Amino acid sequence: MTLTAFLQYFANALQWGSFYALIAIGYSMVYGVLMLYNFAHGDIFMSGAYIGLFVCTGLLAISAGGLVSMPPWLILILTIIGSMIGTSLVGMFVERVAYRPLRNAPRASAAVTGLMVGLLLETTNLWGLGAERRHYPPLIKVMSYKIGGVSITNTKIMVIGVALLVMLIMHLIVHKTKMGLAMRACAYDFPVVPLMGVSIDFIAPATFVLGSSAAAIAGVLFSISYPVLEPYMGMLIGWKAFIAAILGGRGSIKGAMLAGYLLGFIEIFVAAIFPSTLRDLIAYSIALLILTFRPLGFFGEPYSAHMRL
Amino acid sequence: MMKSLIQKVRSRVNEIPTHAWLLGLLVATLIERLVGDAVAGSLGLGIIPRLFGVRYILTKPLLIPSMMAYLLVIYLVPISIVAWFSAPLIKKLPSRLSTPIFLLLLYGALHIWGGLDEYRLLVLQFILISILLTASLNLTNGYMGEFSCASGGFMAVGAYVTSVLTVWGFVNDDVFGPPALPPAIGPFMFPIALIIGGIVTALTALLVAIPSFRTRGDYLAIISLAYTFIIKSFLENLELVGGPRGFMHMPKWANLPVVFLWTLAGLWVMHNYVSSLLGKGAPGVRDDELAAEVMTVDTRRVKVITFMLSAFWTGVAGGLFAHVMGYINPATFGIMKTAEIMAMLYMGGLNSITGSIVGAVLLKFLMEALRPLQVAKWIFIPVIIIFFMIRRPWGLVSFREFGILRKEVKRAPASD
Repeated sequence: MTLTAFLQYFANALQWGSFYALIAIGYSMVYGVLMLYNFAHGDIFMSGAYIGLFVCTGLLAISAGGLVSMPPWLILILTIIGSMIGTSLVGMFVERVAYRPLRNAPRASAAVTGLMVGLLLETTNLWGLGAERRHYPPLIKVMSYKIGGVSITNTKIMVIGVALLVMLIMHLIVHKTKMGLAMRACAYDFPVVPLMGVSIDFIAPATFVLGSSAAAIAGVLFSISYPVLEPYMGMLIGWKAFIAAILGGRGSIKGAMLAGYLLGFIEIFVAAIFPSTLRDLIAYSIALLILTFRPLGFFGEPYSAHMRL
Repeated sequence: MMKSLIQKVRSRVNEIPTHAWLLGLLVATLIERLVGDAVAGSLGLGIIPRLFGVRYILTKPLLIPSMMAYLLVIYLVPISIVAWFSAPLIKKLPSRLSTPIFLLLLYGALHIWGGLDEYRLLVLQFILISILLTASLNLTNGYMGEFSCASGGFMAVGAYVTSVLTVWGFVNDDVFGPPALPPAIGPFMFPIALIIGGIVTALTALLVAIPSFRTRGDYLAIISLAYTFIIKSFLENLELVGGPRGFMHMPKWANLPVVFLWTLAGLWVMHNYVSSLLGKGAPGVRDDELAAEVMTVDTRRVKVITFMLSAFWTGVAGGLFAHVMGYINPATFGIMKTAEIMAMLYMGGLNSITGSIVGAVLLKFLMEALRPLQVAKWIFIPVIIIFFMIRRPWGLVSFREFGILRKEVKRAPASD
């Protein structure tokens, strides 16, 4: 592999890892704060992509109708914001329907309802919108820059930049705000938090809103880079991001980010060196090896004595 | 006067033992076999309703009265009459014979009921296999309180190993060449192939168990999930067994009696295991690992053995599944299969073999009954499961056993 090829793959891996990292953050937050596997998160990502598609198509129609003419970059920003709001509502709905009634039940039951809500989102989409693949309208003109033989598109730069920015904001929310303090308190000692005057019924939806917003951004960015949407798009990428979240360590945002990028790198480089059918096999095997030697993930902390089962 | 009569009937009905109901069902299926076609024809149904006519509710609502009449004539009336009058006789049965007669009656009813229609037979086979799968998942997830997502992967290993053995041994195949053993002894060697499949599955389970049982917590969930993905991906890359196109030409040896016997054997072994001294450590591990350790439970051993037993029976169920279908491909055993089994388990009930049976029968029946809805079926089923989970988070029948699974508590006579 020449240096140029390596750099090219490196850039691709950064982009691919950004999606994993953004989705893994959502898993990691819900897992850290509420100690449950949000198995519907991959489908929340899918909802984000579809809501973005509707917002974007609507805005383009308004813009073309001549009522208000908007430049493409404004449409893009509004699409991301609209998708974040819509997907947050989906996330809150999932929390309300599937997780809140089961807060005192075995955690595994909540995991099953999560799986079922995910299935529900997928099928409702398939049933309501049909199985045909949908395409994002071209919003921004794709431009390719050559830097020393490595071609980098402007979408790639945007994806990586936005992902890093979002992760920085998430990190600041969790570590510098009062709500973040409450969330970390939940992760530390769940039963005591309500005694301190913090409402779990506020913290839980807030966690879902943050995670879903990150998933919505990932959804819009993903559909701009790979402009094909289908109802089952969230499934595979969601499960992989889940594994990344676990690799990063329970509830750790920087861990989720690191593991997301690591998974992206493994997948891209395995596909570059070996036949691409071996991609999943090698990626999961490496994940398994890492967990064997570091059962708590990269930044995981040992469980507190108050683990709820 | 009226009220006392109703009370009398009610108390009499409550006293009818399960055996009498089963005898009624057997008689009802016999009647269906003899006059089912004629009754269905005269009621305008055409053919006998396959799954108690539930499909008519969705496809031909006009036929619902006929369907009700059919159910009344063929099932309800004979079952009630037979159960009512045979109850005194059955109560005189010696308790030693109770379980064998129960199983004989059950099998007889299933055999005649399933023998009337190919589709019924297939549904019965899948229901029995699902029961085995759910009960074996119950060992790890229900009794031991861990969260294993490896059912799909275990099933795949069992299915592929068993299929390769039978195809290599007894079928003329393009890849494996002419049969290595005389095909005539094939059906007799099938149990051995299933057991080897189960053992191989249990050995691969060791790969999951060793790293994940070092720490308490959720690592089994993640490692077993990764295991399922790795197995699927591995099989997709294995050209010898067809890769993603799948593997076929398995002889369809898993007919109803075979599946019934294997499911029975599995439930028997698992029920005995959780009642044994070693197996009782599993709920101990779930409730308080430290306390169990203090009470001389070798928690590590209990965990590994329970997990391997669960894997063994999941592998056997996979082998049976392959020999019902006659064709398997890696995509069958993906995360959706695992999710289906988990839904059956958590809906049916934790820590109970009865619960596993209830969950598997209910969900599988629901999936078949809602088939006419096509895609929309997968909107209704999740909603129903979520509803059940919210109403009963521990499952429909949890921590309890019914019928022949219930252990009679023998009290020592007071010696004062």
